[in-house]
Amino acid sequence: MAGLDDLYREIILDHYRTPRNRGELESPPAFESRGHNPLCGDEITLYLMVDGEGDDAVVSDIKIAGQGCSISQSSASMMTQAVMGKPVSEVRALLRRFKTLLGIEGIEEHEGDSEIPLGDLEALQGVVKFPVRIKCAVLSWNTLAQALDQAAASE
Amino acid sequence: MAFDLEAIRKEFPILSRQIDGSPLIYLDSGNTSQKPRSVIDAMSNFLETSYAPINRSSYRLAGEATEAFEGARRAVARLINANSADEVIFTKNATESINLIVQSWGRANMSEGDIVLLTEMEHHANIVPWQMLAAERGIEIRWIPLTADGQLDLTDLDQLLAGTKAFSFTAMSNVLGTITPVAKLCQAAHDAGALAIVDACQYVPHNVTDVQAWGADLVAFSSHKMCGPSGIGMLWGRMELLDAMPPFLGGGNMIDTVTLDGFTTAPVPAKFEAGTPPITEAVGLHAAIDFLERLGMADIRRHEMDLTRYALDTLQGRFGDDIKLYGPDNVEIRGGVLSFAFRDLHPHDVSQVLDEHNVCVRAGHHCAKPLMQILGVQSTTRASLYLYNGTDDVDALADALDGASDIFGF
Repeated sequence: MAGLDDLYREIILDHYRTPRNRGELESPPAFESRGHNPLCGDEITLYLMVDGEGDDAVVSDIKIAGQGCSISQSSASMMTQAVMGKPVSEVRALLRRFKTLLGIEGIEEHEGDSEIPLGDLEALQGVVKFPVRIKCAVLSWNTLAQALDQAAASE
Repeated sequence: MAFDLEAIRKEFPILSRQIDGSPLIYLDSGNTSQKPRSVIDAMSNFLETSYAPINRSSYRLAGEATEAFEGARRAVARLINANSADEVIFTKNATESINLIVQSWGRANMSEGDIVLLTEMEHHANIVPWQMLAAERGIEIRWIPLTADGQLDLTDLDQLLAGTKAFSFTAMSNVLGTITPVAKLCQAAHDAGALAIVDACQYVPHNVTDVQAWGADLVAFSSHKMCGPSGIGMLWGRMELLDAMPPFLGGGNMIDTVTLDGFTTAPVPAKFEAGTPPITEAVGLHAAIDFLERLGMADIRRHEMDLTRYALDTLQGRFGDDIKLYGPDNVEIRGGVLSFAFRDLHPHDVSQVLDEHNVCVRAGHHCAKPLMQILGVQSTTRASLYLYNGTDDVDALADALDGASDIFGF
């Protein structure tokens, strides 16, 4: 049986109690995207700053506003730390790697994806045992994907 | 007769199920109710011995099935004190019943600039169909606001009703538990020349319902919230109104005749029942109504009033300012729906911890997002009570909540 300890790991609760990179960025220049979970009504807004273009593009700042449960908020918080300062191509790879970790099907795996270190994000693997909560864990990631698409489209 | 809770519980097979070695505490009946043995047996017996098409074939078995289906219609009419069983239309669910009203009556009677009055505590099922009509026809939607304790604020009712063609409102809020003054609202609608439409989905399973005493025009409700199966809902309407309404879905069963040039409709209720209906489900619904009437709707209501009082007192008494319960405190005007905010915990996390104790509640917006905005929250945790719940279930909820804050360290 999957216990609550599998879900609510200490690192997750830490990010929930003390979320990193909370707030807003001026938009524009930041890209702004909204995500919501129709199941529970949670809504978040993500602000993304990207410096450079194409292969040189780097996430220079990211902020998250809105509300959510411990899983969605901690996942968002850890995500902001993981992608801050990273090249966009690496961020997209991490996105794929994270979704694969959560057992989401249909993710096209690229060479080297499985080598990408997840760090603290690994703690969210316990969510897999609570299928209802997977949507909570990926909410911010899907919202980030939208913002990345906006950034790419604006080049 | 005393309300024998232990005996009643024994009639619900699922309530003896254990998960991880402990009993199920089912507090999500506002979502959907559990089914007694008599309903389960009626459906399987029907499938084993009497299942056949209805209204189509002339052999004896088909006659039996048709009689069973129509027997369910008569049972529904009896339950809500309809003037005639023919005024009861079977649909897929209460949502479809309201869509039927809007698509049939609404499209035939409302055009640009016409007004429908709703309330801010409606379920999406009584909002979105009207918004769809508004998008198509340019009708105006007005809203009755709420008081601080979650009742309808009727201060400006007459002004809001002035010039409206329809007033569609809930008899009992699925979030707040608020029971609205239905007869008074129907009277006010009629005084203003508006049609009175009642979403009674949460009301009928828990109360004595008398659609004639209400003076309503159209009433929508469902089977699965009152111990019956899912897949079948009801619409009751005054016969002359139903007679005048155009059909909703077209197809078999709803026609009088069809030629290459067109069709004429069957009389009500067949006019609104295109295609093969939920036959077995109707049989199950009939058994559910027999079950409810055996317990007595007035006694069910009394039991739930006492239990709701106990739940409000227990939760407030044990958690004080740490819990915020929405809706009126007076159980005379409140059903057994308990939406709450608990400390700073997100409802998803609350329900996750409760699930660890086998306490089944709903966390979310309860298909009432406009109401959530008015309450200033994105979601709530909701425990909803029914005839098979007792004070032990409420205590189990409170005990499970006690453990919730430890995990999150608030």
